[in-house]
Amino acid sequence: MTETATRNDSKALDGFLQSFTSLEPTWSKNGQAWLQPIRRAAIARLKAIGFPTVHDEDWRFTNLSPFVTTAFQPAAAASVDAASLTPWALDGCNCTRLVFVNGRFALGLSTLSALPAGVRAGSLAQTLTGDRAALESHLARHEDFQNEAFSALNTAFLTDGAFVSVPRGTVVETPIHVLYVTVPESAAIATHPRTLVVTGEDSQVSVVEDFVSLGDGAHLSNAVTELVVGAGSVVGHYLIQRENRQAFHVSTLRGQQARGSSLTSHTVLLGGALTRRNIHPVLAGEGGECLINGLFMGNDRQHMDNYMKVEHASPRCESRQVYKGILDGQSHGVFHGRIIVHKDAQKTDAKQTNMNLLLSEDAQIDTKPQLEIYADDVKCTHGATVGQIDEEAIFYLRSRGLSDASARALLLCAFAGDMLQRMKIEPVRRHLERLVTQWVPQGNLLEGLR
Amino acid sequence: MGEKDTMLEIKNLHAKINGREILKGLDLTIRTGEVHSIMGPNGSGKSTLAQVLAGRESYEVTAGEVLYRGKNLLEMSPEERACEGVFLAFQYPVEIPGVNNTYFLKAAVNAVRKYRGQEELDAMDFLALMRSKMKLLDMDEGLLNRSVNEGFSGGEKKRNEIFHMAVLQPALAILDETDSGLDIDAMKIVANGVNALRSPDRAMLVVTHYQRLLNYIVPDFVHVLVDGRIVRSGGKDLALELEAQGYAGIEGEAAQLAKV
Repeated sequence: MTETATRNDSKALDGFLQSFTSLEPTWSKNGQAWLQPIRRAAIARLKAIGFPTVHDEDWRFTNLSPFVTTAFQPAAAASVDAASLTPWALDGCNCTRLVFVNGRFALGLSTLSALPAGVRAGSLAQTLTGDRAALESHLARHEDFQNEAFSALNTAFLTDGAFVSVPRGTVVETPIHVLYVTVPESAAIATHPRTLVVTGEDSQVSVVEDFVSLGDGAHLSNAVTELVVGAGSVVGHYLIQRENRQAFHVSTLRGQQARGSSLTSHTVLLGGALTRRNIHPVLAGEGGECLINGLFMGNDRQHMDNYMKVEHASPRCESRQVYKGILDGQSHGVFHGRIIVHKDAQKTDAKQTNMNLLLSEDAQIDTKPQLEIYADDVKCTHGATVGQIDEEAIFYLRSRGLSDASARALLLCAFAGDMLQRMKIEPVRRHLERLVTQWVPQGNLLEGLR
Repeated sequence: MGEKDTMLEIKNLHAKINGREILKGLDLTIRTGEVHSIMGPNGSGKSTLAQVLAGRESYEVTAGEVLYRGKNLLEMSPEERACEGVFLAFQYPVEIPGVNNTYFLKAAVNAVRKYRGQEELDAMDFLALMRSKMKLLDMDEGLLNRSVNEGFSGGEKKRNEIFHMAVLQPALAILDETDSGLDIDAMKIVANGVNALRSPDRAMLVVTHYQRLLNYIVPDFVHVLVDGRIVRSGGKDLALELEAQGYAGIEGEAAQLAKV
């Protein structure tokens, strides 16, 4: 067993505190002084609470020892040529693409296609400096950096990321692709991308956050995304995690939903050594809905922790969580689904489903529903399954002529398939279908069959 | 007409599952163009025979041999058997959520064609093939666009099996209790589908508990399986005799035989 780290012994924490001290003076010079109190408050909280351990209920299935015993350096600027990003394109999508390299906006690699009038999609850093008013009432107002160590860390180092703002009544039809690229170095480096999406009343937009690494080497992506979803607006959010197999990835999606709004979140975890994905929508206005879909596919020693905290804070809201895991090798998956129904959230309709396939003897899944209900007129259900590939089905498929490998690939793709079918944006769906097929052992066999 | 070729030759077949012997020395020869029926009481080994012929790995063959068109069938994987022209219509067709029925069938047809060195069918040709067979079985197009067998009624599942058979055009078709649970209308449709596939180039092995199906699929030969062995063989009239007498008499005879 790996020894469990204690709060007092953290190379990671020491490293971040030092980095903060050395970087802070450079930030205050660039017109972002207004953020300094927030950054300082955040680093102070991080120092006070430290990183969580398995003794924290919300982290009991994820041992952060490999993380806390690593000292991370701030990621330096790196140059990347456009050709090296070709494999990460969303084919068939003529969309706005914002590229960030080692946490910094790369204008030269980005594609700013025409967007409807008033829509903004660009670098948060530029907005921090030039248009404080656009951010001040939203940025760091929703995600809780007082109690969440990784959010405190992200907020302390908040410098850049994507900023998307859609005015009232405006529909953005093509998705906005945000590509967060890390170029690893010999020492472990850390980036803290911050994304803010603000939608006006009755508007519509979809954002795809895509995390990749160019090459091998340990690094940390510690991302926070705040979605401020205006009344009646429809927001789609996708997160694709396909970083290298040494990467630590912690990302948090915090949705603040106004009355009658709809948020759909899709998470697809494929890469990384240790991934923690937090989804935390707050249904703050009456009649809102959120659909939270996830697919995690682990292999070797990958660890993928999916933590949900769905807060029903108003009446007549609906939430649906559907998560599917496919785990091979010695990988370890976690689904921890909290649903909190506040006192006044009558007529809440919340449902949670987690289905898992274990492909090997050593793969492991921990699945834990956690319902906290303080209202009396609600409908809350949850269910989880853990199983293996159905050998009856394999025999049936083989008896009609399919090879054993094709039959297995077909069943895995079918298991993952309904998660993909829920994705409304076709190029994104096709892109992910390809990624899933590539992941599946012998998935290439299916290409000839389709 | 010259002497017909032998399609399937089973000699002294013994098979067990979970340590229990089910087939205890079964002999059967089926020639091309013939329809054989295997009847027998529950637990006699009918379904085991069907599963062993299709290559189900949970059954262990402990003795005997099976030659299919002169080749050792028992050495082939289930998919090789399928590609060589063996088809099993399952007693309990498996539901496969997320796998589209048409997609699966196209994958199967093309896997078989590829094995035989034939060009794969494109979407248009495949659609034409599907359409022609759908009529035969009065298939609802809706069933083709759904996940394989998922939420199908018992009758729909059986019809889907025969539909797969009609599309795949096997040389040796094994029907494992395809009649069980079918009402008379569904049985007629299924039987029509099967009869349409009868041909001098094809052989069939129809496994059934009841004689009723054999009113519609008239066999050339009927065999009675009791306790893992064929105890009587005859023409189609044997089925009628069994219907009148039940299996009790023949089980008694078999017990006597076993003692001798």
